[in-house]
Amino acid sequence: MSVFEAKEIGVSFGGVRAIHDVSFAVEKGEIFSIMGPNGAGKTTVFNLISRFYDLDQGDLFLNGERISNIPPHEVAARGVARTFQNTELFENETVLQNLLTAHHTHRRTSFLSEMFFFPKVRRQELKFRETVEDIIDLLHLQSYREQRIDALPFGARKIVELGRALCLEPQLLLLDEPSSGLNPEETEDLSFWIEDINEELGVTIIMVEHDMNLLGQVSGRVMALSDGELLTIGTPDEVREHPDVISAYLGE
Amino acid sequence: MRFVLKTNYAQDINLFLHNGQRFWYGLLIAALILAPFFLENFYIGELTYLFIWVIAGAGLMLLIGYTGLVSMGHAAFMAIGAYAHAVLFKLGVPFLPSLLMAALISGFLGAIIGVAALRMTGIYLAVATISFAFIIEKVISAWRPVTGGHRGFIVPEPVMFGVDFGSDLVFYFLCLVIVVVVMLLVMNLLRSPTGRAMVAVRDSEISAQAMGVNLVQTKTLAFTLSAAFTGLAGALYSHKIGMLFPENFTIFLSIKLLMLVVVGGLGSVHGIVFGAMFISILPQVIAIVRDFLPSWLAYRRGLEPLVFGAILLFFLMYEPLGLYGRWVKIRAYFTQFPLYRKSTFKRQKSYLRTERVH
Repeated sequence: MSVFEAKEIGVSFGGVRAIHDVSFAVEKGEIFSIMGPNGAGKTTVFNLISRFYDLDQGDLFLNGERISNIPPHEVAARGVARTFQNTELFENETVLQNLLTAHHTHRRTSFLSEMFFFPKVRRQELKFRETVEDIIDLLHLQSYREQRIDALPFGARKIVELGRALCLEPQLLLLDEPSSGLNPEETEDLSFWIEDINEELGVTIIMVEHDMNLLGQVSGRVMALSDGELLTIGTPDEVREHPDVISAYLGE
Repeated sequence: MRFVLKTNYAQDINLFLHNGQRFWYGLLIAALILAPFFLENFYIGELTYLFIWVIAGAGLMLLIGYTGLVSMGHAAFMAIGAYAHAVLFKLGVPFLPSLLMAALISGFLGAIIGVAALRMTGIYLAVATISFAFIIEKVISAWRPVTGGHRGFIVPEPVMFGVDFGSDLVFYFLCLVIVVVVMLLVMNLLRSPTGRAMVAVRDSEISAQAMGVNLVQTKTLAFTLSAAFTGLAGALYSHKIGMLFPENFTIFLSIKLLMLVVVGGLGSVHGIVFGAMFISILPQVIAIVRDFLPSWLAYRRGLEPLVFGAILLFFLMYEPLGLYGRWVKIRAYFTQFPLYRKSTFKRQKSYLRTERVH
């Protein structure tokens, strides 16, 4: 069974059909990419999956369960984490606090027990911290640990955001243009991390990406979108040479 | 300059980072316990007022400083706490349970406002809370059989188990205990998931949701706790002022509370205490300065609100992190002397923000 499935989804904003009749399924353990020219509706697909937008038509399924009408925080609680194109971190907090916040879905204490800081709250905090440190080690964030986000360069913020998504211990990870704003060396690191996350942590990944090299290196299948319509789904090479994709990027 | 060698994760969870901090805060508590035996009654009273402002400020700081929801009507919750306590106490509820019930009633009304305010942020929320405060003020002045309206409501002497809590000394210690407890509760909340969820909502609602934070729950909880603490402060305040009038709880009090958190420093627990000290001392300073002003200005009505407003604006424009932010800078200057650079606290603005989806 597919981890994630979108069936004939569609959404319009006013008169603009941002997504129209798009269907795809993502298998467990896959790295599935979405590409397309600007305004094709790639990020809109992510916002639909995160339930920031309501669907006008179609349905979304996670492990066979319908998630088309649950609130956004429920989607996260079911193990869907995401990053944002231009980063959306908690700016006034340290890297450590940002990563700890992502453990919110694993919280087993009520606010009352937290106010009195009972031993179980302390144990929970220690457990959260240990898993956060694992992620810090994985992504080499040690030197940034105590720094505030607003003092970090953009490249570091992208990595912190990736780390924050991982702290949620997701089964499905949505990466919105992970390589934008990174230099070639950082992009290289990123491709290794994405492979590690996929293979070692067993996380299924859906990724919006422009960098064709990165796409070719890590992704299994690629979906091409243009003007909210699905063009084709296939291996990176197939999609790259597909006549509809070429005309969408370069014109007739 | 002190470097703390961290050897286990508990050090980042503990309230105090090192023994130096434990020593100084211990000394502060000891000084506050001994203070009333050396001070005149006037100063004991002033310190008690300070504690009450700290309790109210802790409530408002949770809401504005940590959850990012602006309330300009918190005088209403002080009023609800004060009247609820006074009425319950007069009806025969024992003193301490009555204080607690006043906090609960205020918290309950806060929850209702919180639910109503869910879809509002920023200026809209500020206007909505001001209106709420006006409604409460009108209700108090119109509901004469219970509140006494403009003729006032005499708060009975607080006596329980034969102990007269109304004496300056006993009331001082009662407020001191409550302040310490409230501050501990707030600090505990802030170092646990709920506090992080509140900060997440403040910094980015969209991202908070993506991390699994329930916006409705978090905002409602913030409003409830905030109203409960402020209501508790109101209940204590009622005994300090002795007689309750609707005029005690006008928009001027709301702005005073807002000033407490802004001048103290948004998003800092120290800021609550600094802000409370500031609003306690400011009226005295104005009274002293008044003697040196020409008479056409000195006794004109509205001088005090004018000064309050000007200071609020000044802090918003030049020191958004308030007195606490200034203190951090001064401390950094001395610990790093002579290496301090002015740009240490300059933050680069990030102009790239994800397109808002709301």
